[in-house]
Amino acid sequence: MVDYALIAMMILPILACVVLKVLFTPQSEGVAIAGALVFWKSTAELTPTTFYISESQVNTWAVMISILGLCLYLTHGLTTKAMCKRQLVAEWIVEKSEKLVKDNMGGFFAQWGPFITAIMALSAFSSLICLVGLFSPTGDVNVTFGWAILVFFLIMYFKFRGGFWKYFIGLFKPIPVFAPMNLIGEFATPVSMAFRHYGNILSGAVIAALIGSALTGLSNSLLGWLPGVFAQMPLLRVGLPAVLSVYFDVFSGVMQAFIFAMLTMLNIAGGVPWEDWNARRVKHNKPALTND
Amino acid sequence: MLELAMGIMLGLLGLGAGCAMIAGIGPGIGEGNAVAKACEAIGRQPECKSDVTSTMIMGCAIAETTGLYGLIVAILLIFVAPGTFTGILKEAIK
Repeated sequence: MVDYALIAMMILPILACVVLKVLFTPQSEGVAIAGALVFWKSTAELTPTTFYISESQVNTWAVMISILGLCLYLTHGLTTKAMCKRQLVAEWIVEKSEKLVKDNMGGFFAQWGPFITAIMALSAFSSLICLVGLFSPTGDVNVTFGWAILVFFLIMYFKFRGGFWKYFIGLFKPIPVFAPMNLIGEFATPVSMAFRHYGNILSGAVIAALIGSALTGLSNSLLGWLPGVFAQMPLLRVGLPAVLSVYFDVFSGVMQAFIFAMLTMLNIAGGVPWEDWNARRVKHNKPALTND
Repeated sequence: MLELAMGIMLGLLGLGAGCAMIAGIGPGIGEGNAVAKACEAIGRQPECKSDVTSTMIMGCAIAETTGLYGLIVAILLIFVAPGTFTGILKEAIK
């Protein structure tokens, strides 16, 4: 009984998003390449800009509820004796994520597995949601920028562990002329992470739309002599877009999720100043930390 | 007058978007080199295949960044810039 409720929790938000999209999509001729639909716009004049609730936000919420349902479904009714497939899948996911985090970030960050897995799952399912015809939230630069800013704050938190003054001095190395470049390099990390994810997903969506419109035009000109309703049907659009979707939607989406999580791990673990941090800890009579 | 200005503007925006995508050459060459070296490495040490492949895909994704910047500039020029510049042109001609 609980299982069916959890499966409904996985599927219903996506269906609700499809219904919302059908209700809000304006009538248009041909294939339009447009951004996210805006469901609601605040009437009050907020500064500096108007407040929107757009398709990307609503789809992200739906994906979050679905992933929560999936997690509850996988971990529902765990036992130590009788193994079922569901429990084995859940254990496989946990083991893989812990191993990935430990291999890439070191032993100190071993408890960061859930965070990294959450980022990866949200990113992957947000990209895969376009398989049911919805707008991918990751094709909106605001969403990926939000995640990148979150990661940027984490990177900065761990870089400041060695003391703010040490970090500030480090910007002027090896010679003081490099200071502006080092500063730009600090801010380039989140920008490049956000643009990489957004650009890959958006380019896939744009190419899919272009190929769809091209095949519609081709079938209208080639198969226009067919009788009755067949003349209006874009018959050539059957098949080929699905093959391309395997690369542009499935492979590219999952790949970018993995790369986003990988760069998160490498940037957080690579920026920790261990020697300075341990020097500070010893000064404050705390035990020194190691990363292995 | 406005039509002529709009036509010139849209044509130049299209040209600019095309020029921005010249940035795709660099990642193409770079990723080709990376994959060639990865193939050599796998040929030399077939037991490291999974490590080499994951590292290569990671590197390819990072090398792709410059090309994606060009793509984003092109997309901005095609989809966002016409709306902005049309308003500016109408203001200027009026």
